[in-house]
Amino acid sequence: MSNVNDPAADEIRSRIDALYRTESRRVLATLIRLLGDFDRAEEAMHDAFSVAVERWATGDVPANPRAWLISTARFRAIDATRRLARLDASANDVAAQLHPVNDAAADDEDVVDDRLRLIFTCCHPALAHESQIALTLREVCGLTTEEIARAFLTAPPALAQRIVRAKAKIRHARIPYQIPERHDLPQRLDAVLHVIYLVFNEGYLASTGDTLTRCDLSAEAIRLGRLLQELLPEPEVDGLLALMLLQESRRLARTSNSGELVLLDQQDRALWNSAMIAEGSALVQRALQSRRFGPYTLQAAIAAVHAEAQTAESTDWRQIVGLYDVLLRADDSPVIALNRAAALAMRDGPAAGLAVIDALFGSGELLDYHLAHAARADLCRRLERFGEARGSYSLALSLARQEPERRFLQRRLDQLPS
Amino acid sequence: MKYLCLIYDEESTWAAMPKSESDALMGEYFGFTNAIKASGNYVAGEALQPVHTATTVRMRNGKMTTTDGPFAETKEQLGGFYLVEASDLNEAIQIASRIPSAKIGSIEIRPIVVF
Repeated sequence: MSNVNDPAADEIRSRIDALYRTESRRVLATLIRLLGDFDRAEEAMHDAFSVAVERWATGDVPANPRAWLISTARFRAIDATRRLARLDASANDVAAQLHPVNDAAADDEDVVDDRLRLIFTCCHPALAHESQIALTLREVCGLTTEEIARAFLTAPPALAQRIVRAKAKIRHARIPYQIPERHDLPQRLDAVLHVIYLVFNEGYLASTGDTLTRCDLSAEAIRLGRLLQELLPEPEVDGLLALMLLQESRRLARTSNSGELVLLDQQDRALWNSAMIAEGSALVQRALQSRRFGPYTLQAAIAAVHAEAQTAESTDWRQIVGLYDVLLRADDSPVIALNRAAALAMRDGPAAGLAVIDALFGSGELLDYHLAHAARADLCRRLERFGEARGSYSLALSLARQEPERRFLQRRLDQLPS
Repeated sequence: MKYLCLIYDEESTWAAMPKSESDALMGEYFGFTNAIKASGNYVAGEALQPVHTATTVRMRNGKMTTTDGPFAETKEQLGGFYLVEASDLNEAIQIASRIPSAKIGSIEIRPIVVF
């Protein structure tokens, strides 16, 4: 080992650190394909980085570090398997499965495909949603188990166990390391988009806890969205990325200095991030023009209409209701019907929105969804039906779990004239 | 790689079905079985007698006990199985989705351990 205070060695070390940040996920994705196993690939990759620290210290850094890392990792893995084979005859079969080394393994096109393979495998529908999320953040984003556990407010051992089980299922049930066939792609892509959006929402509107946002997860989801868009430029990928950017653009405006929740119509629009809005709106346009868009693009289009309004009053509610109509046809969910009711109330007055919400409740929908009761309370308040508003705010308060939301509802309740 | 596809559906659904409908479903089963035999995915497959014919056996401390009925009472019952050969889980899922009972019940796919 060279002198730790050697500035040249320090420089190599920081170069390798930087390389780890930019390349380790690509290297891992390719190694999983070549070695056929997540754990072996991870071990081999770490081996290769340790070898790099030793070898490159002499200043002998290869021209293509990624290709070097991949072939070194692979040699180490084959070596380890051969050593094992001398002890255990069954490992011979494993060694036989490893393809002979060829430089094509490090081809740029292959590496691009490997990253997609990794995403689709981590988000395979045979894995539970929680496992898909944990595995994607761990393997595709390179977050540590502790970081993921902290973000999801779980104990690290429980999360580690979840990842171990998911990898075991991939191995034992033989979930293939493949980009789905064309006919499976729409459904499989939906699963990937859903995982990314769940990660984003967990960061944007944490479901429990006393802070409103956990921006690291939102940033990670946007990064994933950008990666997917680069690898697989489908309209709904544009749509989801646009939706995340447009929601993220309002982050600063949606909480006050004291950490209180600020609703859309009360937000200081000067605080909105105009670069994100511009990028999001352009993506929405492109997705809409493709005519192959889906629910994410439509939600993004609604967010874009909000973003383009200079003031809450000048929002084009007619267009928003129209977009919700299309969205409801694509995805007939009660939550979308609720959001449409809120837009309808802005276009046609609170009574119109209230009728829709009461019809939803009447058919047994959304009765335990706090935002539905909060929306109803708000419309009753605007209609000066204060008694009913009080009842609905109280119901919402009893169902809400997140502190800033609870404080917001309590304030609304306190402000009602008695 | 072999996968066991366990077919769970409600016996009462079959019992309540008009004969024309259950005949049609059985016809689909014959068609499906022939198709996976032709494609080389078929290893074995059987239909089971209803759960009221089931007996559960346990050995404890060298003593055997038998109980009448299935291991667990569930809403859907194990009604049959296919053992299939598939290259990976995606192919197994694709095959399982074509088992006629997938439309009225559920198919559990279990990879077979290779010793």
